[in-house]
Amino acid sequence: MLDLYQAGTSPVHMLKPGWKILCLAAVGSALFAVDHIGFSTAMLAATLVLYRIAGLPLSRAWGQIRPAVWVFGLIFAAQVIFNSWIIGLYVLIRLAVLLMLAGLLTLTTRSSDMIDGINAGLGPLRRIGVNPERVSLAISLTLRFIPVLSHVVHDVREAQRARGLDRNILSLAIPAIIRTIRMADEVSDAIDARGS
Amino acid sequence: MIDVQNVSLTLGGRSVLRDISLTLSERRIAIVGSNGSGKSSFARLLNGLHLPTDGQVLVDGLNSRSDGRKIRQSVGFVFQNPDNQIVFPIVEEDVAYGLKNHGLSPAEREAKVQNILQRYDLIGLRHQPSHTLSGGQKQLLAISGVLVMEPRYIVFDEPTTLLDLRNKLKVQQAIASLSQTAIVVTHDLDLVSDFDRVIVFDEGRVVADDHPDTALRRYIEAMQDA
Ligand SMILES: Nc1ncnc2c1ncn2[C@@H]1O[C@H](COP(=O)(O)OP(=O)(O)O)[C@@H](O)[C@H]1O
Ligand SMILES: [Mg+2]
Repeated sequence: MLDLYQAGTSPVHMLKPGWKILCLAAVGSALFAVDHIGFSTAMLAATLVLYRIAGLPLSRAWGQIRPAVWVFGLIFAAQVIFNSWIIGLYVLIRLAVLLMLAGLLTLTTRSSDMIDGINAGLGPLRRIGVNPERVSLAISLTLRFIPVLSHVVHDVREAQRARGLDRNILSLAIPAIIRTIRMADEVSDAIDARGS
Repeated sequence: MIDVQNVSLTLGGRSVLRDISLTLSERRIAIVGSNGSGKSSFARLLNGLHLPTDGQVLVDGLNSRSDGRKIRQSVGFVFQNPDNQIVFPIVEEDVAYGLKNHGLSPAEREAKVQNILQRYDLIGLRHQPSHTLSGGQKQLLAISGVLVMEPRYIVFDEPTTLLDLRNKLKVQQAIASLSQTAIVVTHDLDLVSDFDRVIVFDEGRVVADDHPDTALRRYIEAMQDA
């Protein structure tokens, strides 16, 4: 969800992130509550229409599913063996709709807006001691540091390969964790320095 | 004016800075010294990230012990590794971060963000994930995130150490064009030759404090003797 945002001015882009998250949750629940293949197929069609409304080519919708294609294959095979291919297809449609809708959310919502949305949504929880700003800062930091950490792991692995160490999870994990802890110290200083 | 009065600092049982007294009022001040001489620790005292074990640090009369938050608003800090101070996944979000807590309208925020991004040639990258920027662009982004808050002083801790020559020159230029007071920790002696003042640290003490040519000459001699 990091690099995915596609700037745009479509109604899908403009809808408040909180509503989008809520819709995703509602459709997700409905897909599993309403046990009718007609409903699932209608949702599939509606999802594809939403992609077009958002000005996104349908290949982007397919792009949401592609990484999970082998999982789809496994599920479909299991359904064919234990149930029937119709049910297999039915399950795949539901999953595909979910993945594509979740993808649509990230494609049309800037991560900061999403975070603001979550922030607003968590507002009522303030009463029971939840600090929404902290939750949203944590989410941003997670998003921000995924690529940085994968970079750290890559660097450590490369340094170890250069010294002839290969494929040892401990010798990879320990230096990576130490570097991460050091980094965390400085990140927290930086957040303090920027006045929050 | 930043006033450092008889400051000592002990970290983890180690005496890191010893009895330092300095008044910082020049526009361009450099801090130089070998690794481990206490430069970063000193820099962190100036905005209250470290509190002195003895003595006090006053920023325009505010004591870092009691007014840390206000001091951090007037003393911006740029770290060595921009990766550790960019906290948002998208370029413009990171610049806007500090502004969010300052009660500005979205339009005012947008104007400030745009202005800063334009100044550092990052405007075309505003929607990009911050991790895709080059090292120099990341450091300029880090500087933007600090400058957008309009601090009166900016402390830099080795801002060019991790950069290649081209990016180093860009960051140097950015520092040179600041209207604020800049206090720059650096190993980059070219950068400081036109500064107003160079302070040399060694083993937690100030060993020279002068115009660049005099101070740097003493620093280089000391390093050659050691
Ligand atoms: N948190 C800490 N705990 C213990 N010792 C520290 C800590 N931070 C720095 N030091 C020590 O203080 C000395 C000065 O460090 P530093 O200010 O980072 O120097 P410089 O920036 O000049 O390289 C070093 O010997 C370092 O090991
Ligand atoms: Mg240092």
